[in-house]
Amino acid sequence: MKATSFSGLWLSLCISVMAVLILSGCSQTSTKDHLYQQLGSSAGIEKIVDGLLVEIEQDPQIVHHFRDTDIPRFRKLLIEQLCELSGGPCKYTGASMQESHTGFKITQADFDNLVRHLMKVMTAQNIPIAAQNQLLGMLAPMYGDVVYR
Amino acid sequence: MKALFIALLSLLLSLPAAAGSKIIATGGSTSIEGAAGGGIVPWAVINGYASSDQWSVNSFTSRVGVDDFTLQNFGIGASYNNQWELSLTRQKFNLDTIGGDLQQDVFGLKYHIAGELLYSDLPQISIGLQYKKHRNSGLPFAVGAKNDSGTDVYLAASKVYFAAVAGRNLLLNATVRATKANQLGLLGFGSASDNSYHYMFESSAAILLRPDLAIGIEFRQKPNNLAFADEQHWRDIFVGWFINQNFSLVGGYVDLGSIAGLTQQQGYYLALEATF
Repeated sequence: MKATSFSGLWLSLCISVMAVLILSGCSQTSTKDHLYQQLGSSAGIEKIVDGLLVEIEQDPQIVHHFRDTDIPRFRKLLIEQLCELSGGPCKYTGASMQESHTGFKITQADFDNLVRHLMKVMTAQNIPIAAQNQLLGMLAPMYGDVVYR
Repeated sequence: MKALFIALLSLLLSLPAAAGSKIIATGGSTSIEGAAGGGIVPWAVINGYASSDQWSVNSFTSRVGVDDFTLQNFGIGASYNNQWELSLTRQKFNLDTIGGDLQQDVFGLKYHIAGELLYSDLPQISIGLQYKKHRNSGLPFAVGAKNDSGTDVYLAASKVYFAAVAGRNLLLNATVRATKANQLGLLGFGSASDNSYHYMFESSAAILLRPDLAIGIEFRQKPNNLAFADEQHWRDIFVGWFINQNFSLVGGYVDLGSIAGLTQQQGYYLALEATF
């Protein structure tokens, strides 16, 4: 008897996970409009990028990739990119992810480190977890264009 | 065994926390047979935080306490390049009400074939094997098992879906295992009438409330080879807290069904992992 009721509980949990999945799939587009605001609009995104630059500078694993980088230009393009991705009023004017990373031989560990730095910076700026996850979900698929190029 | 674990733990604590690059919680916990995963299901993730060209070591202890049985596990493992995972686990099974206990060793190997848990549309896919051997073979043969050792082979697929449930990340895992084991192998492998491999389906779903905090459910289909007692599918509900890149703690509620003729085996699951 006990086993049956637990099995029922497990099944209902599965069904509710599915239901939430389907519902959240529908609401995804409406929340995207607010992501730019949730990141703190242009001031917030600038702060994220500046925080990220500090983290990169202090990380011996990845800082060498930026040896020949024009940092003010990199900063401007990254701000544009995050702004456009999050639904803000900007247009990314840089090269494609694949073009801009070719020749750098960026590894999975490098990419992982950058993701961790971004999570740390966003958490420090009290950006809600849902907004953090949404942005990470937009950046994650770029992995294939960025690493081992 | 306990003293060894404490000694190992204090040794690890005294070392600098040389954690790898992987994102918090993406190495999973360590399942009861030593593979990175949930509590009862091995996942496609590789244990620890070693990313490309990095290596890590880990140790874990876990305990399953149900009405008439207690299973204690202790193991060590290593991983390299977010690709290879090795583990060595000792399982101690106490038959609390029937009386007696037995021990089984599990050697585990896992290889990450394709996909990246966080970064690719394709789920992360890994293949693994678990070679299990009893330290004293009396009980498996007494209950009608064909062998006191056996090898499980499994294929696992895991993927994290960002912001999938109320803005939270969702991990889904599916595992198919070819096995002859009776109750993980604790009651031996195969039987006189059935000594063939069976394909079993296992799955887990977890929601990351925070990057370091997961709640989830698991299901593990089980074969039913032995004539003397029914074996039933296993289920659990768990909470996992990834305290930092060195320690994680998992607690859960398990339903193991009928074991060795004793029905409705339910109780707790606790796991502590240290990784460096």
